[in-house]
Amino acid sequence: MIRLDQVSKTFPGTTMPAVDRVSLEVAEGEICVLLGPSGCGKTTTMKMVNRLIQPSSGDIFIDGRNTSDYDVTQLRRSIGYVIQQIGLFPNKTIEDNICIVPDILGWDRRKSRQRAAELLEMVALDPGVFLKRYPKELSGGQQQRIGVLRAIAADPPVLLMDEPFGAIDPINRVIIQDEFLKMQAQIRKTILFVSHDIDEAVKMADRIAIFRNGRLVQYDTPDNMLAHPASEFVSDFVGGDRTLKRLQLLTVRDAMIADPPRVRAADSLQQAAAAMEAHGHQSIVLVGPRGRARGYVNLQTARGGNGTVGENYEALPTTIRPHEDLRTAVSTMFRYDTQWLACVDDDGMFVGYVTLRGITHLLSETYRDG
Amino acid sequence: MVDALVPGMVAQMRRNAAYLCIFLLGAWAWGSGLLPGLLERWEDIAYLGQQHVELVALSGGAAILFGVPLGVLLTRPRFRQVGAAAMQILNIGATIPTLAVLALAMSLLGLGNTPAVFALFIASLLPIVSNTMAGLRDVPPALLEAARGMGLSPRHTLLQVELPNSLFVIYTGIRTALAINVGTVPLAFLIGGGGLGELIFTGIALNEFGTMLAGAIPTALLAVLIDFIVAQLQFWTIPRGVNPLR
Repeated sequence: MIRLDQVSKTFPGTTMPAVDRVSLEVAEGEICVLLGPSGCGKTTTMKMVNRLIQPSSGDIFIDGRNTSDYDVTQLRRSIGYVIQQIGLFPNKTIEDNICIVPDILGWDRRKSRQRAAELLEMVALDPGVFLKRYPKELSGGQQQRIGVLRAIAADPPVLLMDEPFGAIDPINRVIIQDEFLKMQAQIRKTILFVSHDIDEAVKMADRIAIFRNGRLVQYDTPDNMLAHPASEFVSDFVGGDRTLKRLQLLTVRDAMIADPPRVRAADSLQQAAAAMEAHGHQSIVLVGPRGRARGYVNLQTARGGNGTVGENYEALPTTIRPHEDLRTAVSTMFRYDTQWLACVDDDGMFVGYVTLRGITHLLSETYRDG
Repeated sequence: MVDALVPGMVAQMRRNAAYLCIFLLGAWAWGSGLLPGLLERWEDIAYLGQQHVELVALSGGAAILFGVPLGVLLTRPRFRQVGAAAMQILNIGATIPTLAVLALAMSLLGLGNTPAVFALFIASLLPIVSNTMAGLRDVPPALLEAARGMGLSPRHTLLQVELPNSLFVIYTGIRTALAINVGTVPLAFLIGGGGLGELIFTGIALNEFGTMLAGAIPTALLAVLIDFIVAQLQFWTIPRGVNPLR
């Protein structure tokens, strides 16, 4: 969808190129985060896409068409643009701010205002309250939500975002990132996203492009970037705890042992011990009549014990859902001082379990293969 | 909040003080028999007052119509170099006393209304141009980048972003200019222009207190009235989002 081919930029009066022969391709509907320290060329690269900066050499294609073939204002109107300073126009109401591009494109006024109201609802801001307000009457987080809505108002296929959440406090930043990802799941834009924050990149990106001194040094999925940094620079940049960062890219489902043996209240401890020994497990989960997780029994308790599981089980300290990330899973294990967690679906049905051993095994797999 | 209130409060206090002065002056004038004297000269006052207003409207109107576009032009990228130099010249120009401007205009254009209008135009032009330039330059760069990045043409950017966001400062320049203008019109009498200056200077020359006040009081009232009208325009025509007065 967006393709850069050997793009370079040398600013007048300098000899070192700010961007040096960068080639990359972003597939439709993906978020590509341009990452790197200040002055690495990431912002320059992004601004060459909507020709706020004119490339010195090389070509940029959007949907197969060379951007230098477009009229520059037409090009920019077909690309959403979000900046860190937000840049809402203080003289216009929220409604008119959102509708700027539709208005200059000559959309029907009723249609564009209708769209503004729908967009506000998407980010959980009440249109009745906010449409007629002015930017100064909104908080920073609300303003940046409007900044994003303004960029997508005319439904451009491509979005450029220049550290969009950089000026927002950490708590609101997480909320607005989550909200944006949820929105992206619906609108499926192709996005170039500039950031200097590795955690943000790991969270937002389908692919990360790391820049250094104008060069693209690695272009990869977040998981590969963290597991296999291409150079010392990349490994330093992504941080010494890069393997821990991978935890948030993987879900419980990835590490879960599905459909394990289980016992019912009426089963004897002997049966439970036999089931555990057969599978090499240290404990087994007790389920209710419809399959809900009720508790568990340890191998030690079961071995040599008498009676039924129903008389001897212990309560589960907590459970986890398969769609949660492994970072949450590990954190939960640490909090409850346990090596494993029972996984339940949204109805509380027991679907499997995840162990600390299984997680470390999963994380190290990629290193053994590589 | 405090920043937003201060200009409004200052303007309000200034206005109230002006009303009070006028009231006290009026009371005193009536008591001392001056006001009845003024009413006797009503025909002169009306005739010269109309001339006065015409001079203000002509020179001030021309200064606005010429000064705002000039300020806009001098901040456009292609004139940015010229703009910096022009700002310097304007600042130096602003220090020339208006009486000197009148004298210079007379030496160029002779006597009468033409040099008077020209001199008033020049004197009013400076604050308008410099405030227009200052207002446009103070528009946050982020707004311009956002506008450019979204594909607004330079004309759209000027009309929808730059001018609305500098309108308050531009209006302030216009108010300053018109205050100078109304106050300078009486001097036009010295180079053969009309206006209420005729009563003021005649009153001084003949040592007729009543005649002088018949020129001075309407001039003061006119200044207050014009400032009030522009202030109302400023209040109502600037969008609420960028209007520190509301």
